[in-house]
Amino acid sequence: MPLSRRSLLGVTGAVAASSLLPRPARSASLAKIRIGLLLPYSGTYAALGHNITDAMKLAAHEHGDKLGGREIEWVAVDDESDPAKAPANVNKLVVGEKVDILTGPVHSGVAMAMMQIVREEQTLTLVTNAGAQAVTGALCAPHVFRTSFSNWQTSYPCADVMLKAGHKKVALVFWNYGFGQESMAAFKEGFLKGGGAIVKEFPVPFPSTEFQANLSELASLKPDAVFVFFAGAGAAKFVKDYAAAGLREKIPLYGSGFLTEGVLAAQGPAAEGIQTTLHYAEALPSAANKKFREAFKKATTREADVYAVAGYDTVNLLSVALGKVKGDTAARKELIAALETARIESPRGPFRFSRAHNPVQDIYLREVKGGQQRVVSVALKDAEDPAVGCALVK
Amino acid sequence: MTLSLVALQLLNGVEQGLLLFLVASGLTLVFGVLGVLNFAHGSFYMLGAYLAFWLAERTGSLLFAVLLGVPLMLLFGFLVERLAVARLYQRDHLSQVLLTYGLVLLFNELSRLLFGNDVHPVATPALLSGSFKLGEVQSWPAYRLFTSLSCLVIALLLRYVILGTRFGMRLRAGASNAEMLEVLGVDVRKLFARVFSAGVALAALAGMLAAPLTTVYPGMGESVLVISFVVVVIGGIGSVRGAFFGALLVGIADTFGKVLVPSVSSAVVYAVMAAVLIWRPRGLFGAPAEAR
Repeated sequence: MPLSRRSLLGVTGAVAASSLLPRPARSASLAKIRIGLLLPYSGTYAALGHNITDAMKLAAHEHGDKLGGREIEWVAVDDESDPAKAPANVNKLVVGEKVDILTGPVHSGVAMAMMQIVREEQTLTLVTNAGAQAVTGALCAPHVFRTSFSNWQTSYPCADVMLKAGHKKVALVFWNYGFGQESMAAFKEGFLKGGGAIVKEFPVPFPSTEFQANLSELASLKPDAVFVFFAGAGAAKFVKDYAAAGLREKIPLYGSGFLTEGVLAAQGPAAEGIQTTLHYAEALPSAANKKFREAFKKATTREADVYAVAGYDTVNLLSVALGKVKGDTAARKELIAALETARIESPRGPFRFSRAHNPVQDIYLREVKGGQQRVVSVALKDAEDPAVGCALVK
Repeated sequence: MTLSLVALQLLNGVEQGLLLFLVASGLTLVFGVLGVLNFAHGSFYMLGAYLAFWLAERTGSLLFAVLLGVPLMLLFGFLVERLAVARLYQRDHLSQVLLTYGLVLLFNELSRLLFGNDVHPVATPALLSGSFKLGEVQSWPAYRLFTSLSCLVIALLLRYVILGTRFGMRLRAGASNAEMLEVLGVDVRKLFARVFSAGVALAALAGMLAAPLTTVYPGMGESVLVISFVVVVIGGIGSVRGAFFGALLVGIADTFGKVLVPSVSSAVVYAVMAAVLIWRPRGLFGAPAEAR
């Protein structure tokens, strides 16, 4: 667009004039609190981004759209789950928009890029999904909290579950990228410690969904059970292929909860009997969970899921902590201390933050029965991520 | 690895290859005859799958969905050719890539708007929901056998159409010299439109047949597109016979790559492509340079 001299003059004039005006005093009680949302609104994880956002807004609404007495201004950026664009997107929120608090993302690769920047810029950050170990491990920081889970938490407890069920020789099938590898490492840690043996590992290139070759080999190996990591469309196809190959009745299938999360309807009867471990289950009977699920459904007409829970809890935690400091985000030390000790009624059940700022939470064993996710038991009480390499834990 | 397991893996590879052929055949036809680099081919595969999902839900049968869906996609392909692709025959490949990639983005967003981001299941037809026992633990779903046989039948049909009919003769002539064909009084515009819509219908049919196996989700065509290009290049650009053997080779290579070298299995197919190209730079059945 060609810029005419007149409009250019107009703009510069306006800018110059505005800089002469007295700036509104940065009074914490009056200015809106700016919360950045670094989430995917397009691409593979768009549904997750929308659920997290809607749950955050639902929680805010329940607090009268105010946090610590200040009105909220949401600043959303579509991160497209693209790690390559993450530095630019994070800078847009942190440096450009100068958000008071940054939340997100879904994708672990985006989270890694985000960590580099928020560690430099010292932005108060709440990670709402990405489970990469490093966020509360090697890259942990006093001003970074995670309200969701670490990959370790979703897989390590399953080892014990399988050993208790008498499965000693187990094969692993997983998408061969960060999340899958961390998930398998955590499972192996627990499984080998408990005296189990890994028969064979099948790394499947991400995002391939051709499993026949691996299934034929699995059938010939006949392990006691199989532990897998897949999510989304890959999880739907793996579970269907596994059942169609006749393996479902013969070799029990286990996985981290993402194997059935959001794709249970697509998997249909093929998912019957699959046991998974996760820090949340739709069927949790607590009043907090029921209230949350009803409110979310009413607000969005969609069913709430594990991703929405993290978004909901994020804003509820902020509400408690900001309430304590009366909305003064400049009081960093007090605000961080308030977050560390904040307790909320989470749909997932009670949790607290570890010294590395990852939730210490119960991990549930869930089983698919009659097309529904049932809660079998608590697989690991107060599961605490080992936070390997985190300087806060020493 | 026992002999029976080798045989089983070979079967897995052939099965994967046959479905791949169905997608790649349309891609190679369109490129061979029209000279158009069609990035949207994977999207037509996806549209086929969504159509199967949508129609199967309404008619209650995948068979009806295919019978209704294929003519619809033929028509759709015809419209896309007339309205968009036909304007690019005189342009270079870059313009074609821009247009067809634009179509990819358009179709992906449309599928999101209409069906959301969810993964949708398509029921296997009841008649084919059984399975055969293979070995003592594994079974082979009847539906997989059915898709493999369907692909074989379509391959034979394509062979007959290309080698045994007047349309096929024109098609071959158009591939080697479209201008000369026009001089001889053949309506090349019409021929091109037909070939393009046939290519779209082949991709969509592959998507429909694969839908019960893969489930249906946005962006499902992309990985299929990449591997189809590999098949087309291995087989020789424009050669349907090449696409057939190229697809089988890719299917088998991918399967045994996963079994023998799992940690680098994603590279195996590309290594095979490189090897074929070193041996035969124009692919297995590609025309030599002077014939083009």
